[in-house]
Amino acid sequence: MSEASIRLDQVSKWYAGASAPAVEELSMEMPAGQVTALVGPSGCGKTTILKMINRIIEPTSGRIEVGGRDIQGLDPHALRRGIGYVIQQVGLFPHRTVDENIATVPKLLGWDRRRTERRIEELIEMVGLEPEMGNRYPGELSGGQQQRVGVARALAADPPVLLMDEPFAAVDPIVRVRLQDELRSLQAQLQKTIVFVTHDIDEAIKLGDQVAILDVGGVLRQYGRPEEVLREPANAFVEEFLGKERGLRRLSLIAVRDVSLEDGPTVSADAGPAEAREVMAREGVDWVAIVRNGELRGWVWESELESGRKVGDLSVRPFLVRVSADSTLREALDAIVTSHNQVAVVYDGDRYAGMLTLSRISENLVP
Amino acid sequence: MDLLADVLAWFFDPDNWQGTAGIPNRMVEHVRLSALATLLAAALAVPSGVLLGHSGRGGLLAVSVVNIGRAIPSFAVIALALPFSIRMGLGIGFWPTFLALVLLALPPIFTNSFTAVRSVAAEVVEAARGMGMREREVLLGIELPLGAPLILTGVRVASVQVVATATLGALVGWGGLGRYIIDGFSVQDNVRVFAGALLVAGLAILTDVLFNVTERVLFAAGRRRVRRAPAEAGTSALNVRG
Ligand SMILES: Nc1ncnc2c1ncn2[C@@H]1O[C@H](COP(=O)(O)OP(=O)(O)OP(=O)(O)O)[C@@H](O)[C@H]1O
Ligand SMILES: [Mg+2]
Repeated sequence: MSEASIRLDQVSKWYAGASAPAVEELSMEMPAGQVTALVGPSGCGKTTILKMINRIIEPTSGRIEVGGRDIQGLDPHALRRGIGYVIQQVGLFPHRTVDENIATVPKLLGWDRRRTERRIEELIEMVGLEPEMGNRYPGELSGGQQQRVGVARALAADPPVLLMDEPFAAVDPIVRVRLQDELRSLQAQLQKTIVFVTHDIDEAIKLGDQVAILDVGGVLRQYGRPEEVLREPANAFVEEFLGKERGLRRLSLIAVRDVSLEDGPTVSADAGPAEAREVMAREGVDWVAIVRNGELRGWVWESELESGRKVGDLSVRPFLVRVSADSTLREALDAIVTSHNQVAVVYDGDRYAGMLTLSRISENLVP
Repeated sequence: MDLLADVLAWFFDPDNWQGTAGIPNRMVEHVRLSALATLLAAALAVPSGVLLGHSGRGGLLAVSVVNIGRAIPSFAVIALALPFSIRMGLGIGFWPTFLALVLLALPPIFTNSFTAVRSVAAEVVEAARGMGMREREVLLGIELPLGAPLILTGVRVASVQVVATATLGALVGWGGLGRYIIDGFSVQDNVRVFAGALLVAGLAILTDVLFNVTERVLFAAGRRRVRRAPAEAGTSALNVRG
């Protein structure tokens, strides 16, 4: 099942005694090697959908295929050993060490000790834990670390499919962002088929190659790439779910690298005050940045220019807002606004790449 | 004060340390009966409690039924079992007492075994199933080790009750430490009654202490780990990576 897409065909789930289905005739395909984010209000059936894929819950009707095979015809235990599963409450085994937790599925699959140990080492490193943490018990880890162990445990036998049910909901926002970033770079290497459940639309947009927006009863309101969904919400439900900050959310899909940057009001260090004033006038600002050998030295106010002195000899102020070309427009906007500035200086690695202004960002706001 | 001095003297009387009626023999009888009864009760109640706890079906009903047993006085059980025991040629003494003690030990062990498995965090069990463990693996690898402390607590509570109640055996002609109390009563020897009571109480306390020590040794690692709140250390490690 290396090319393991997941197909749901008219899948319904009625819980015993329920007056309405938790999921009704849902059909969708989650493409192989991509992240499909399931997002929707509480109780809309996200967890139910996930658990039907690894047969913790059996659908009332319909058909589910993983890697082209009807899972109804597979041994559920064998199926689950081939699907990584990460849940919100993590569910690490408190009486087993981190290493033993990670080794769960390899042990069930009967791997020999050497292979298991090598794999554990690899995974500990992959999810950003320290090797000596392997001997600790889950109770001795922070929430974020536990969640990493949960991810490592799910990845242990290198399953092609990963089911993640609100995996980062229980950690604080700072750790959550870090875990999201790490998952993204992990996925860039691993290219698993990931079904990622969340009720946070921003998380869905950030992580999903596709976003599925679900309504109560497991009704699929829209399914598409995040930029599509943001640009053209298919109906009022989706529009409301995306909220008023839809435009802002779009910014998190655009990399700084992908917008054309401005040179900004820059002069070379050899320039005199006259040349500097000319640049300021042209750019309509009262400050100027100073470049020497392609490197940004800092900036000065117009009032600080001294006649007869090269700008390079003045004492300059450093730029406070520096962003990487890899960050998103949303991150750049945050950085600019929170520092009460109007521009961010963009670096591509160590190289000065240009300036990003608020007006350039706002051009990308309109859908 | 006099009584205490007399009891002390009783304990120092070498005659009370010899022969069938001596303290060592009575102690061995008492411990052997109590241990056998607790063991049989555990052999019955742990597997059934754990299995019912795992399946979750009919467990509460079973717990209620078993607990009705708690309302029946052990002495009544002995009295009721006596005629049957005689008719079956098992004699008086050991078997009726043994039966009563087993019935006494069943409820706490069963209830604790059931609860131990039930109270394992749902997400832990779900994660285990979700990774493809079979029911047997979930039970033996996850629920049983995590429930072990609570199960052992049930056995401890039961065995302390059994040790205290085994005294009743003397009423139907069995030995054990109860003999001192019963025989002391019949000859109005308060010193012997008091000494017997002290011995039974001492043995019960010793049982409790031994189980506690065992629990601590067996589960020390886990407990220490829980106590040392680790969140801080973890966060700083994360920050270092920053
Ligand atoms: N085991 C169950 N028995 C009966 N009803 C259930 C069961 N599990 C879920 N439900 C119901 O099915 C519906 C969908 O539940 P589900 O857990 O899939 O929602 P969810 O989208 O994951 O919600 P949340 O965001 O709160 O986790 C809800 O109405 C819920 O009450
Ligand atoms: Mg859920």
